[in-house]
Amino acid sequence: MNNDKLVLGGHEFDSRFILGSGKYSLELIKAAVENAGAQIITLALRRANSGGAANILDYIPEGVTLLPNTSGARNADEAVRIARLSRELGCGDFVKIEVVRDSKYLLPDNYETIKATEILAKEGFVVLPYMYPDLNAARDLVNAGAAAVMPLAAPIGTNKGLCTKDFIQILIDEIDLPIIVDAGIGRPSQACEAMEMGAAAVMANTAIASAGDIPAMAEAFRKAIEAGRTAYLSKPGRVRDTASASSPLTGFIHD
Amino acid sequence: MAKINGKTVPEADGMSVSGYIASAGYVSGRIAVEYNEAILPREDYDKTIIASSDNVEIVEFMGGG
Repeated sequence: MNNDKLVLGGHEFDSRFILGSGKYSLELIKAAVENAGAQIITLALRRANSGGAANILDYIPEGVTLLPNTSGARNADEAVRIARLSRELGCGDFVKIEVVRDSKYLLPDNYETIKATEILAKEGFVVLPYMYPDLNAARDLVNAGAAAVMPLAAPIGTNKGLCTKDFIQILIDEIDLPIIVDAGIGRPSQACEAMEMGAAAVMANTAIASAGDIPAMAEAFRKAIEAGRTAYLSKPGRVRDTASASSPLTGFIHD
Repeated sequence: MAKINGKTVPEADGMSVSGYIASAGYVSGRIAVEYNEAILPREDYDKTIIASSDNVEIVEFMGGG
């Protein structure tokens, strides 16, 4: 399993845990990244603070791939604008498309996401679109040039887990791109389950950021994701409705 | 008066983009600039003079998921 790589747009990664960087102290980012074993970290683009405020790029360890998101975009045009500005910051071609029109549930707009994916893929971006797990939309994302598909497990920041499990499984079974479960994963056990299902990777932010011990939770997620991946590759046994004895059914001492 | 990051900044009129960046305390290697809705290449920061009708956005990366 040493050659088990996550491949995104021709780039290979050993880690299958994409770590978010929101909602926790910059001082904890290095420990979180290291304990997570993360090789990809997400970022947001916003209006800059003046006056020499600390910059997150100074806290991210060398060699970690930056994955800017387009949070704040309400349509494809705004997502494209944010992606281009992110690339101008000189941190690579990866972008996580996030187009949201609804502030209560933060559900992604699949239609606008597909449009933005098509534009940015043509411009050479490695496009990872955050989407509602819909098979038709996922197929459109494949045709639009996405490098992976990132279906939500539950609304962002809810820690609710795999609410969309059955629909994510359909994407895993039918889409010939890495499926990265993003948003709503709240516990390592849920991340492990997603990996057992055949997800290529898991992305988590709030689950880590809202933990009492952030670096320790990052480590717990790393272990869970690794365990789930190994289990998936080991081909889990079938589920039965009736018992199947694990011990021999002959040679009982009362016979 | 020029608008920078959504706010009117009278003192920016007539300054170069690089001059404004320095005076406001931005770290130039950590920001990107959008000038009237088009990305401004870094090599143009010195020669681009902010005029009263201009709309400038200065952005950077922050924590996000």
